[in-house]
Amino acid sequence: MNPINYLYLAALLFTIGAAGVLLRRNAIVVFMCIELMLNACNLAFVSFSRMHGNLDGQIMAFFTMVVAAAEVVIGLAIIVMIFRSRHSASVDDASLMKL
Amino acid sequence: MSTLAAAASTTSTGEAVQFWVLGTVAVIGALATILMKKAVHSALSLAGTMIILAVFYLANGAYFLGVVQIVVYTGAIMMLFLFVVMLVGVTAADSLTETIKGQRWLAAGCGLGFGILLIAGIGNASLKNSEGLAKANAGGNVEGLAELIFTKYVFAFEITGALLITAAVGAMVLTHRERTERAKTQRERALLRIREGKQITPLPAPGVYARHNAVDIPGLLPDGSISEKTVSATLRGRGQIRDVSGTSLAELAALEQRSEEWLERGGDAEGGPTAQRTPSARNGTHPGGAGEARAEEEVK
Repeated sequence: MNPINYLYLAALLFTIGAAGVLLRRNAIVVFMCIELMLNACNLAFVSFSRMHGNLDGQIMAFFTMVVAAAEVVIGLAIIVMIFRSRHSASVDDASLMKL
Repeated sequence: MSTLAAAASTTSTGEAVQFWVLGTVAVIGALATILMKKAVHSALSLAGTMIILAVFYLANGAYFLGVVQIVVYTGAIMMLFLFVVMLVGVTAADSLTETIKGQRWLAAGCGLGFGILLIAGIGNASLKNSEGLAKANAGGNVEGLAELIFTKYVFAFEITGALLITAAVGAMVLTHRERTERAKTQRERALLRIREGKQITPLPAPGVYARHNAVDIPGLLPDGSISEKTVSATLRGRGQIRDVSGTSLAELAALEQRSEEWLERGGDAEGGPTAQRTPSARNGTHPGGAGEARAEEEVK
């Protein structure tokens, strides 16, 4: 098996995540799909790191993880806040900036 | 350790088997994430996919990232997701009404086209030979990463620290709610309680004297009935109250019956003057016997 297969898997997972963002309405599930896309990118970084024989790709994946953690904290706080004011977690309901 | 990642352009058979088996499961998990109706199921499928990705990181020689993936992603981030799902409502399913006509099919078509483009692009790229991480991981994976982070990428690392602090402060600011009215003082609350005629003293403790002191056992009133006030409202609401008011008397009655049987049997076995004396001992000469007789009357 060629390690390039890891890249195909990463592309497939990224596509599934992107389709999920377009298809789903529940804000939490949309958020999970974004996490899936970030993870697919990490897998691509790690396998590129292996192909090129240096650790720079792994550093990039590491920074992606840190940014993802910060993003999850803020995103979930926003979702909880929207749910508090609108009593719904659907992205269709939050169509206005102000209630 | 480093020999694992030493493979050059092809991988070992073991890794190939691992890739095809776990890769299939990862794709199924990703599909389940976007197709499951309930958010909890989606979160669990995604957690499974992330664990498999951690295994792939380990197989690719990224030992540090593999462990971090499990600790940070499946351990912290997915649990945070589950926490918010529980907070927002487990049953909150998607609305099935389409706000944009034909959005689902368009989205699926876009996803398919995007996937084909991406995979075809990778297929056409000239990525034929893979060097492997044997040389880069020679001094240890963590040491290699640390050397890069604190030399080449030290500025990005500092910026990441600033980002994390900003995110923590932002989350606190977003979820904080300002108090709109002044909190009542202790004196005001006490006066209010008296005015409303509620219970002023602390509520009585649960349990009955010396035998049961568990929180789900209500205390007994002087007439032997249970007092609802002694058990917390939550347990009362669930109906998880254990009434032990009758237990001790029933036990006493059972003991009485057993001793009676034993005494009768003992009398039969021994016979003679001892057997004659036994009933008189029961009829009040022994103080314990009198107490038991009284307890028996209460049971009846």
